[in-house]
Amino acid sequence: MNETLDKTNLTLRDRLRGFVDSFGLPRLIIAAFLLMLYIAAPFVGAGFWMQISNTVNRFSWNAIMVLAMVPMIHSGCGLNFGLPLGIISGLLGATLSIELGFTGPTSFLMAILIATPFAVVLGMGYGWLLNKIKGGEMMIATYVGFSSVSFMCMMWLLLPYHSPTMVWGYAGKGLRTTISLEGFYDKVLASFLQINIGGLSIPTGTLLFFALLAFGMWAFLHTKTGTAMTAVGSNPTFAKAAGVNVDRMRMLSVVLSTWLAAIGILVYEQGFGFIQLYMAPFYMALPAVSAILIGGASVNKASIANVIIGTFLFQGIVTMTPTVMNNMIHMDMSEVIRVVASQGMILYALTRKTEATK
Amino acid sequence: MANAKTPLLEMRKIKKDFFGNQVLTDINLTLAEGEVLGLCGENGAGKSTLMKILFGMDVIRQTGGYEGEILLNGEKVQFNTPFDALAAGIGMVHQEFSLIPGFTATENILLNREPKKRNVISEVFGDRLDTLDYNEMTGRAEAAISKMGFSIDKNMVISEMPVGHKQFTEIARELSKDRLKLLILDEPTAVLTEKEAEALLASIRSMSEQGIAVIFITHRLQEILAVCNRVVVMRDGFVISDVPAENTTVQEISKWMVGRNVETAAKLDIRDHSAAKTIMSIKRLWVDMPGETVRDVSLDVKEGEILGIGGLAGQGKLGIPNGVMGLYEAGGTVEFDGKQIPLNSPRKCLDASLAFVSEDRRGVGLLLDETLEWNIAFPAMQVQEKFLKTYLGGLVKWRDEKAIRDVTERYIEELAIKCTGSKQKAKELSGGNQQKICLAKAFALEPKFLFVSEPTRGIDVGAKALVLEALRRFNRESGVTVVMISSELEELRSICDRIAIVSGGRIAGIRPASDPSEDFGMLMVSMVK
Repeated sequence: MNETLDKTNLTLRDRLRGFVDSFGLPRLIIAAFLLMLYIAAPFVGAGFWMQISNTVNRFSWNAIMVLAMVPMIHSGCGLNFGLPLGIISGLLGATLSIELGFTGPTSFLMAILIATPFAVVLGMGYGWLLNKIKGGEMMIATYVGFSSVSFMCMMWLLLPYHSPTMVWGYAGKGLRTTISLEGFYDKVLASFLQINIGGLSIPTGTLLFFALLAFGMWAFLHTKTGTAMTAVGSNPTFAKAAGVNVDRMRMLSVVLSTWLAAIGILVYEQGFGFIQLYMAPFYMALPAVSAILIGGASVNKASIANVIIGTFLFQGIVTMTPTVMNNMIHMDMSEVIRVVASQGMILYALTRKTEATK
Repeated sequence: MANAKTPLLEMRKIKKDFFGNQVLTDINLTLAEGEVLGLCGENGAGKSTLMKILFGMDVIRQTGGYEGEILLNGEKVQFNTPFDALAAGIGMVHQEFSLIPGFTATENILLNREPKKRNVISEVFGDRLDTLDYNEMTGRAEAAISKMGFSIDKNMVISEMPVGHKQFTEIARELSKDRLKLLILDEPTAVLTEKEAEALLASIRSMSEQGIAVIFITHRLQEILAVCNRVVVMRDGFVISDVPAENTTVQEISKWMVGRNVETAAKLDIRDHSAAKTIMSIKRLWVDMPGETVRDVSLDVKEGEILGIGGLAGQGKLGIPNGVMGLYEAGGTVEFDGKQIPLNSPRKCLDASLAFVSEDRRGVGLLLDETLEWNIAFPAMQVQEKFLKTYLGGLVKWRDEKAIRDVTERYIEELAIKCTGSKQKAKELSGGNQQKICLAKAFALEPKFLFVSEPTRGIDVGAKALVLEALRRFNRESGVTVVMISSELEELRSICDRIAIVSGGRIAGIRPASDPSEDFGMLMVSMVK
């Protein structure tokens, strides 16, 4: 009797451990923390539905930039710390679209169209660089991000923009740090089929746009080329022996990632309502990296589910901590907690990064 | 005091297995003071394992220790670390150098055993801060070098030395130990020029005269006969013969080395393809593959045959398929089916219906983190667009999961692959089954010509037979020309029609598989560099 009891206990514990192993303890803790925040929200005087709306909104702004991590992870280039490069392509698209006089939804479409060649060209250069330094991608990517942001800090001032909505009022040249999108593509996706029930507001259009790109990525990974890309990430020597051009696959993944980052920042802007220039792209890479790691991706395996879960958890914490914590302890701890959670997550994920089995 | 009859070293009934894989069985070995023992055998015969046991290497303890006993001067000893062995007077010169490149010969010879002088600082802070006594060091190094009988510059920095002198520095280091009674030399002549090798043999003789026993491992059988008192031949973990050197010949030794059960490995059916057309013609091939350099290989392969390529490790046999298939930098010309195949381009080879099963299963052969389905279908999908559904006029090439599953299940059944299903990860399979996945991957390409490199390395006997049978069937039923590279001669003799032996990066000879083993053995050592 006792023995059988022990056995069932053991299997239950094993099963529990198996679940924790597969889902990941940190993910579990973060999910529990987020759940706790939601439960606590009404008690400390923050509207529950408003908090849900906030989280969903932030999710919709950020999800595509997290999706941009997927191709490079698949091809074995690691986490794209060079995301700012793609973001800069998007910013060039956005500012040029406005400079050329497009307004309303057209300006969004034109921003995407203009950003694309920039993303492709910059992505190819970036990919070429990463092919030169195999094994040290993430380190180099970080510096590519840093240096491109710094370079563009100069260029935003020097490039001959003239649109009065964008340049500094007194000098008449040089772009402002923050440019309002009112009259251009502010909420252009979010307002499409927007659902408003009481305090709940769902930006349907943005979510659909993300779903479209996520589906595209999922589909791509099921094609011949996508399969080759995953194989390159899994074992480049195997892929080479199977006749795959490893460098070209890696290059393609970097271009894809850069392009998605460009689209991602445009979607972020339409939700946020402003274009942020200069140092802003600098702070975009780490949250995206952090989100996909929280979502359960490793340095060389990532799925669309990782993107969705990770973005939701990360943005949930980012939106919920300020409101709930501030209301609760009447002290501004939010930023501290946010930084600890996000940076700690990156640190954790990188220390236990799972390499491909050798 | 040990009396005159007690041998210096006695090994009794040594047994060792690595995870159930028996590598040494009942090894008995005795060695008298000043005796030179030649130890030879094919790669994997168990020589290195035996020496590792004797030298107390960590790897032995980590894999569960050994059985049997070792007696030194009649006393039972158990070395848990190489330090114990060193303290007992056993020295070993490994195949890989363990020298500090930036130090001089003297410093290397006496490293960590330097004579020291006390000084003011060391009086205060302890003996780790003693000054080195360079005069005394020079004297001791000179003594060790003269004991060796081959002169090297004791003040030369290791990194500037020719490779042979590095080897002698290592030997001098062992000789500088006062208590040295037994010196193990593991293939010391592999890197030496002919002249240096002769000098080494002379120094072995002089050591022997001074009462130091030497165990000398080499593939150059002539050297064994020239310098050793006794020859021990090992094969498959057994001592095959233990005879005085003057009573044997190179032919006999090479026969002992390779000739496992020559009668039982009966030829099933050797076919003569000399009339068939030449399907692949390799001319003046060189391949820059580290450790397996191919220098100048010309080889014709006949359509429909199974050609074996054998030879000792490091002689270049593995470089041939890796070079032809474009995985390592190569030069020369390769003609296949009348058309020239560009080298250094794996894709072009695959397009020409060549396929390759690599010896490096885990590194090149498999996607360890992916499913069996992916492993088997991937090359055929990428190269021949198999297992794909096309949409929008070929714009979208979608993975056909069902076709992939079908082909995987077919091969799982045909090759009797033990797995939980087609979706299992490749890394979870045993070595033999992983090898079958590699074969299935190549079979799925439906090639006209197949290179198989070391298909049975590291897999158990049962799986070996299955893998070889699968290859034979593939050759017979589909008429595919197979070139199989293997270190195991008997395996080649059991499946191939002809066998080419590679030695020193060149083809030493091609013989029908029915020729006696010792002929192949002679070819193997004929051009060893």
